[in-house]
Amino acid sequence: MSGALLSVEDAVVDLPTPRGNLRAVDHVDLAVGAGKTLGIVGESGCGKTMLSRAVLQLLPKKAKLSGRVMFNGQDLTTLSAEKLRKLRGRSLAVVFQDPMTSLNPVLTIGTQLIETIQEHLELDLAQARQRSIELLAAVGIPAPEQRLAQYPHQLSGGMRQRVAIAIALSCEPQLLIADEPTTALDVTIQAQILDLLAREQQRRHMAMIIITHDLGVVAGRTDEVAVMYAGRVVERAPTPALFKQMRMPYTEALLAALPKLDVAPHTPLPAISGRPPDPTRPMKGCSFSPRCRYSAGRCTTEKPRLSPAETQEHLYACFHPIAAGVGA
Amino acid sequence: MLQAASDPLMKVENLVVEYSVGGKTIHAVSDVSLEIARGETLGLVGESGCGKSTLGRAVLQLRQAVSGKVLFDGHDLTTLKGEPLRKMRRRVQLIFQDPIASLNPRRRIGDIVAEPLVIAGVRDPEERARRVSDVLSAVGLDPALVSGRLPHEFSGGQCQRICIARSLVLNPEFVICDEPVSALDVSIRAQILNLLEEMKARYGLTLLFIAHDLAVVKAVSDRVAVMYLGRLCEVGPSEQLFARPAHPYTALLIEAIPVPDPDVRPTQSVPVGEPPSPIAPPSGCRFRTRCPRADARCAGEVPELRVVAPGQFAACHHPLI
Ligand SMILES: Nc1ncnc2c1ncn2[C@@H]1O[C@H](COP(=O)(O)OP(=O)(O)OP(=O)(O)O)[C@@H](O)[C@H]1O
Ligand SMILES: Nc1ncnc2c1ncn2[C@@H]1O[C@H](COP(=O)(O)OP(=O)(O)OP(=O)(O)O)[C@@H](O)[C@H]1O
Ligand code: SF4
Ligand code: SF4
Ligand SMILES: [Mg+2]
Ligand SMILES: [Mg+2]
Repeated sequence: MSGALLSVEDAVVDLPTPRGNLRAVDHVDLAVGAGKTLGIVGESGCGKTMLSRAVLQLLPKKAKLSGRVMFNGQDLTTLSAEKLRKLRGRSLAVVFQDPMTSLNPVLTIGTQLIETIQEHLELDLAQARQRSIELLAAVGIPAPEQRLAQYPHQLSGGMRQRVAIAIALSCEPQLLIADEPTTALDVTIQAQILDLLAREQQRRHMAMIIITHDLGVVAGRTDEVAVMYAGRVVERAPTPALFKQMRMPYTEALLAALPKLDVAPHTPLPAISGRPPDPTRPMKGCSFSPRCRYSAGRCTTEKPRLSPAETQEHLYACFHPIAAGVGA
Repeated sequence: MLQAASDPLMKVENLVVEYSVGGKTIHAVSDVSLEIARGETLGLVGESGCGKSTLGRAVLQLRQAVSGKVLFDGHDLTTLKGEPLRKMRRRVQLIFQDPIASLNPRRRIGDIVAEPLVIAGVRDPEERARRVSDVLSAVGLDPALVSGRLPHEFSGGQCQRICIARSLVLNPEFVICDEPVSALDVSIRAQILNLLEEMKARYGLTLLFIAHDLAVVKAVSDRVAVMYLGRLCEVGPSEQLFARPAHPYTALLIEAIPVPDPDVRPTQSVPVGEPPSPIAPPSGCRFRTRCPRADARCAGEVPELRVVAPGQFAACHHPLI
């Protein structure tokens, strides 16, 4: 995609493990423009977090990354550690599933916010403090002034995630990556946090990547969705097309396997048999083939490439795609 | 008050369970009454910390209740002791949320599944082996392949199958499933939910199915009970409850679920705020600090569970129906 704020080009992440090389991310291409939200969905272990860490250049030390990560015209894989550190607080921000990953347990909320702000913006203490209060209020924290003196453990999980979001937003980033920001939270709190992210994203015209395993989370809150399976993007489309004209059997199976509120109790769920492949044992054919009900012919010997369907925006990697218009 | 059909296998009456932490009392379960009919699945939903697991543990007598009764097949488990209690307990089993953590990492699968038989005094090794083999096959595992292996060789979904096998090996009548699929991936979740339904039919089980995911609960439950901060808000037949919730909290929970359909705009009406502390729950209706319908009466008077529709009960002064 030209003119994208972020584009990931042919990214591969390899991790050495005792069982052999583990390919966590396998030739992934992605792009997201300013003001847009991209959803990345997939089951546990499919490589969502490794992909986002590749974007942030925060991979484990032993990991090997190839490919390019273009952000604002520069390739992040070639930047110095110092330049990256600046960029991360300032233009590129991240919110993790567990807010304690980004919060320091021994510092007050106020110290953490003020330090982050002062590190990246030219503000004096009073201004930084004022800004912290505004941010906490913006993310829906009651009595923000009093909160500045509190420690993370004195807050509930939902409140901590709000603080983590406030810190992530504090320097007006151009891109926010939210890696399962609500998975650990209750539904009512989840809805509040997702609303908050959507509101701030629009207000700031920020680009956002939401990573989740919940198709429900991406359906109403993203412009585009990439479905990952075994390290690869297997289908990518504008959100309405993905749900209404899905072409990839895995996407269809994933959606079908979800329990739904409008189905009568005791209706057997169309489960996907088996489980995802071992990422240290590369497969010759389509990695979904052992579980795919359409698998035939080349599926077990050749890897389908991610390529466009009817439109340039809708890509899928499958030899026997579901007929257009079916599967909604 | 009679909630279920005429033949309740499990009846919980005015159950109160508390914890004391640092001199303070946590009101984990407050005056909860429930009935579960023979052969029925009752779903229990509510947000983290509302007391679901505590209720489950108190039913099994793994946690002592402050007051109230737990009548299983007519016997009050809270007053039973020693051998009679052990006998009753065999008929009641529990499946946990974290399948991997609930299996002893150093024991072989065959021994793990046989353990309840050993405890129950089944002495004949051949009979034990036969029953273990039967139940492993029933949950979709090959006994010859899995019996000699250790838990770490299995995925989360397979570990949950093993836990289910272990809980069924004594042929229980009543099984409490505490978030049995929460730790599992979507594709595996459906397999395990289907398996639980099959096992229920095959072994003639009655289930208390605990989860925080309403769609998961609906998939397997005949009736659903909704809890908030230690109290029961609403109970009713699944379809009816989801179609026409009477309690504002049930309605909020339903509205907050993300729906996998891009045409359904996520609701923006979920009120900001979180459940208050169970150490000092609000007076009157415990939901009132987040309820859009709350008024003075809600602060002053605890709402009783009342009939709002056939088979449907809600504890609210101003129900939606
Ligand atoms: N530090 C690490 N060292 C080696 N392998 C790792 C490491 N972290 C993750 N992996 C492996 O890399 C693969 C991709 O993991 P990743 O964390 O990206 O998955 P994910 O899609 O984010 O899953 P989840 O939904 O569970 O967060 C998995 O097979 C995982 O086991
Ligand atoms: N052993 C314990 N000691 C002290 N407090 C406890 C203990 N177990 C639970 N609690 C408290 O009791 C209340 C009810 O907890 P419980 O685990 O029953 O909730 P739950 O509905 O099962 O939540 P979750 O969905 O998170 O599993 C909570 O406030 C919890 O912090
Ligand atoms: S390529 Fe073959 S195995 Fe893979 S998803 Fe398509 S039909 Fe199924
Ligand atoms: S009793 Fe009052 S506060 Fe409680 S749910 Fe009903 S209307 Fe809301
Ligand atoms: Mg992850
Ligand atoms: Mg629990």
